[in-house]
Amino acid sequence: MLRPRVIPVLLLKGRGLYKTTQFDQPKYVGDPINTVRIFNEKEVDEICLLDIAASREKRPPNLDIIKEIASECFMPLSYGGGVRTVDQVRLLLNVGVEKIVINSLAFQEPETLQKIASFAGSSSVVVSVDVKKKMFRGYEAFILSGSVGTKLDPVSYVQELKRLGVGEILLNSIDQDGVMKGYDFPLIEAVSAAVDIPVIACGGAGTLANFSAALKCGASAVAAGSYFVFQGKHKAVLISYPTPAEIDQLI
Amino acid sequence: MIVIVDYGVGNLASIQNMLKKIGVASVISDKVADFEGAAKLILPGVGAFDRAMECLADKQLIEPLTHLVMQEKKSVLGVCLGMQLLGISSEEGKCAGLGWIGARTVRFVNETADPSFKIPHMGWNIIKPVGNDVLLSGIESGSRFYFVHSYHMICDIPQTAIALTPYGGDFASVVRHGNVWGAQFHPEKSHKFGMQLLRNFAEHC
Repeated sequence: MLRPRVIPVLLLKGRGLYKTTQFDQPKYVGDPINTVRIFNEKEVDEICLLDIAASREKRPPNLDIIKEIASECFMPLSYGGGVRTVDQVRLLLNVGVEKIVINSLAFQEPETLQKIASFAGSSSVVVSVDVKKKMFRGYEAFILSGSVGTKLDPVSYVQELKRLGVGEILLNSIDQDGVMKGYDFPLIEAVSAAVDIPVIACGGAGTLANFSAALKCGASAVAAGSYFVFQGKHKAVLISYPTPAEIDQLI
Repeated sequence: MIVIVDYGVGNLASIQNMLKKIGVASVISDKVADFEGAAKLILPGVGAFDRAMECLADKQLIEPLTHLVMQEKKSVLGVCLGMQLLGISSEEGKCAGLGWIGARTVRFVNETADPSFKIPHMGWNIIKPVGNDVLLSGIESGSRFYFVHSYHMICDIPQTAIALTPYGGDFASVVRHGNVWGAQFHPEKSHKFGMQLLRNFAEHC
């Protein structure tokens, strides 16, 4: 059977890469082209590039920089941030992006999401479901880089997304983002059990053991930010990626 | 010069990027004159079978391409859906394929109870070369490639399959009939393994 995918998530802001903590406090990590070149050498499974400023600034994807990054990616590349129309999706696919990641639009305009899925094909459409724990119990999905709540429970939300033709879910825990203390495992378990499309666990990975645990909870793939770009307790920037042998041992 | 056939379907930029990386000159074109002048052709493709065949027909490319490949024996490599188009038919659609290879495309069927056998087959999987085809020269058994597809090819003659991939049983992941090659995975997204395959195509096929 397939080996699990291990996916670095790179956050774009302007022309630089940043890493957030709980979707806040962006810390500069480096130049996107250099970083992608290093990940190329390390033969990463896939890269997920998210423009964290586009939706909040109400602007479309920056095609110039995405094209530049895509031309260095000899592995699958997914892109998210500011995607609102079928035409933008067409342009993104043309410059070398394989998969489109959608967040705010999926909640605001489900009919456009459906059109995008039928245009690009389900296997090219990922929805990033950004989740926060509620004050007392349960979870809520958020949009606009975690700034606006939808009042939706992630489990029923992903079932609806699947129905609309979404091929994959990037399940992002806002609470765990950048904390490196482990994923939100109960959340992964609940969401993975609710749909048969692949669920990518994201938010909180600090060790290889965290990856294994997320896969045991039902995730099809594991993603992380800090784990691949920071080293040591002072969080010095150093790009790293597990070896093929280490990935084989995850399951 | 390799010409990447542009018929409005498929991620052409990625293929050209990788060819550039390995120092192989290529152009993206939909003009028959360019195909005639090309040393080799690459037929990309993503999406649905019928839409791809209809796009080829709308651009009036089927007849000239078939002439160049079948009569003039120009080498061609079909990638992903582009490989499936090389065959006779597909369960995904009603249109006839190009018919350059004796093979039919069928949907993956999960007859097992294994929940990890998901459709589409998406992610990194290995290939096991069968025989010593030049396209796979230097690519060891167990090399990994990136796949995204829900349908796979079944060859009329088993020898047409020059590499197999295990997914609910082995399926043909690389095929060859004479001057026609096809790869089900995306070499342009498969790191050094894909670079080796494209280099082999450019230099030896």
